[in-house]
Amino acid sequence: MPRYSVGIDLGTTNSAVSYFNLGDAQGRGSQQTMLGMAQLTAVGTIEEKPLLPSFLYLPSEQEFPAGSLGLPWDKKRKDIVVGEFARSHGAKVPMRVIASAKSWLCHAGVNRLDPILPWQAPEDVQRISPLEVSARYLSHMREAWDHQFKDAPLAEQEVVLTVPASFDAAARDLTKQAADKAGLPNITLLEEPQAAFYAWCEAMGEGFRKQVKAGDMVLVVDVGGGTSDFSLIAVTEKDGEVQLTRVAVGDHILLGGDNMDLALAHTVNTRLAKEGKKLDSWQFNALTFACRQAKELMFADAKLKKAPLVIPGRGTSLIGGTIKAELVREELTQVLTDGFFPKTQFTDLPRTARHSGLAQMALPYAQDAGVTRHLAAFLTRQARALAAAHDAPANVTGQSFVHPTAVLFNGGVFRATTLKDRVIEVLNDWLAADGGQPVKEMQGAELDLAVARGAAYYGWVRQGHGLRIRGGTARAYYVGVETAMPAVPGMEPPIKALCVAPFGMEEGTQADVPPQEFGLVVGEPTRFRFFSSSVRREDRVGTFLEDVSGNDELEEVAPIETTLPAKASNEGKLVPVNLQAVVTEVGTLELRCLEKSGPGKWKLELNVRMKE
Amino acid sequence: MVGNNQAQTYSSFGARLALAVKCFLRTLSNPETAQQIAPLLGERPAAVTPPPPEPELPPERKHASGLYMLSLLQREGRLIDFLQEDVTSFSDADVGAAARVVHAGCRKVITGCLALEPILKEAEGATIKLPAGFDAQRIRLTGNVAGQPPFRGALKHHGWVTTAVRLPSVSDALDPRVIAPAEVEL
Repeated sequence: MPRYSVGIDLGTTNSAVSYFNLGDAQGRGSQQTMLGMAQLTAVGTIEEKPLLPSFLYLPSEQEFPAGSLGLPWDKKRKDIVVGEFARSHGAKVPMRVIASAKSWLCHAGVNRLDPILPWQAPEDVQRISPLEVSARYLSHMREAWDHQFKDAPLAEQEVVLTVPASFDAAARDLTKQAADKAGLPNITLLEEPQAAFYAWCEAMGEGFRKQVKAGDMVLVVDVGGGTSDFSLIAVTEKDGEVQLTRVAVGDHILLGGDNMDLALAHTVNTRLAKEGKKLDSWQFNALTFACRQAKELMFADAKLKKAPLVIPGRGTSLIGGTIKAELVREELTQVLTDGFFPKTQFTDLPRTARHSGLAQMALPYAQDAGVTRHLAAFLTRQARALAAAHDAPANVTGQSFVHPTAVLFNGGVFRATTLKDRVIEVLNDWLAADGGQPVKEMQGAELDLAVARGAAYYGWVRQGHGLRIRGGTARAYYVGVETAMPAVPGMEPPIKALCVAPFGMEEGTQADVPPQEFGLVVGEPTRFRFFSSSVRREDRVGTFLEDVSGNDELEEVAPIETTLPAKASNEGKLVPVNLQAVVTEVGTLELRCLEKSGPGKWKLELNVRMKE
Repeated sequence: MVGNNQAQTYSSFGARLALAVKCFLRTLSNPETAQQIAPLLGERPAAVTPPPPEPELPPERKHASGLYMLSLLQREGRLIDFLQEDVTSFSDADVGAAARVVHAGCRKVITGCLALEPILKEAEGATIKLPAGFDAQRIRLTGNVAGQPPFRGALKHHGWVTTAVRLPSVSDALDPRVIAPAEVEL
């Protein structure tokens, strides 16, 4: 029996762990306990911190004194460094540090099981796979836990691991695999915006019923270090009981708080370069850090016209080597507030540039930095989807975009009240133009640690306490089927999409078996193209969509494949099968091949790479 | 040793038994007797010399945490660089800019490692009373120190005391003499 519910926020730039004593009869209120994680903060120095920076450093053999990279639970550790020191030292040795592993984990343009990180590192630097990096972060958190809770190992607790709501089936599957590798075989996945909502519910206690009521539509805007994630949660009432339903999630947008600090630093750097002051990469890092602090200072005090930026030189001459600069209010507003949260119309959609084949390799950062434009795209798409659904959990009649009634912010970016106010202001402009009522901000959200805290609380909710958010999968899934047509030279046959998993499948359920049969050759790999849609709510299992190539409601994800194990007797035989989708209790999607007239059942692997 | 004044031959079993029992009981109850008997039985007596004094630690090990604090202040706030630099040739503005680096970094270290509080909560300049038996660790008297408490005086400096010490744990593998390693970029 687990004693604790443990929430793990495996973030793009920071990770955190919160825990909940399952023996407690009620929520923790706003006192949501965090695990202090021992980590190297400098050579030979161990400190406990509630945040574990998601950075991994691969030291060379002679770089540090023997024994100086040890951890309290592994004095001899010398091959990798995780956490604060990996980040700070990595700034000086960029080719040996791995950052943003989570973004790589959901990047279908590369094989996520191949040792490819650090990206473009020189030959003699050992490289590891995005999956392995995530597993190492999770291992570190497990070890830090086990070191403190010697009689309650983490593997035996109720562990909830969070993923972005926009993570597709393959990325979720890889996250689960990383947990397995890290010695955490029993986990449950939870979407980060939902976790933030749970943390808010717990912090509010019973008071939360005063802040939300039936008919409300809560928009969660979660801007983390590396990604922006949107979710809509509808509040409804059935037989006098309040119900929460996660209605929709946004697409994966690689755009976060780190980009914002970088943008400021680049602006200042350009100005310094004009003055003839050149910064090296270490100083640029110092500048980014200084910009973040200046930003927080100026956002906290609206009267400040400017804030000083000091970038120390690397030599011993501190006074002589220091470069002075300033961040002025106009720059901050122009680059951050207007650059990332521009005042736009709800009809202004993000610019998307089609990637060329070569550009596909590095991380596919968002082409448009305007968070508000991404938000407009999300709300308008979902309004169309909800209007087309017959049993939508929200009424969007007459709405050009889904009208939220309340906004819950998450992510350190929103410590800046100015940015929250800007989002509210833009939403209210849209609502006024579309005949809606102004939104209110849900007060009292904890911005940095809410995801881990809410995840721990969810572990307790799962045991039948408190209010649970329903919703199931936020996507429908399809396999590609080639249509039979006479071969035309130079033309690929059109691909039809067969729905195998409908929108909104709950955890622990399986979909019907579609009538369509496939022939699998035993012993040979078979591969299906695989598609998902976050807006097609009505498709049932077995629905066929004609010609996927022109359909912008479908998004191709990495293919799925299987090889039916061969026995001497049936090698090369054609076996008719049906496909069946299952959403596991963990929260991952599993596809199975069912033998048409027999007991055979095989799991299909979600591939880790888009194309060979 | 044991035995009577008269010579005993111990030819009879009874006499030997009596002596054996006597030896047994005295050895059991009296450590000194045991010490005396042991050599007769070929046992080497346990060393009674006191444990050797611990070797004197070299000063850098003895004061490792003090040195470590300096390296922390250097790493985060460049304190040693600042103190070792000749400030006379720089303008106040330049020194001021560097001081921001030192201030921000060292402050981070101090607030991270210590929980600092004023010893006396009254505002500086206020008149305060010190009763008999005031804490001489925490309060220093200056000026016209005469007579017996209670004293009345003006608070010149409210003092600082730390209520918690949270120094990071440092590996013995590190040489505490190194305040900041040299950096060589390849």
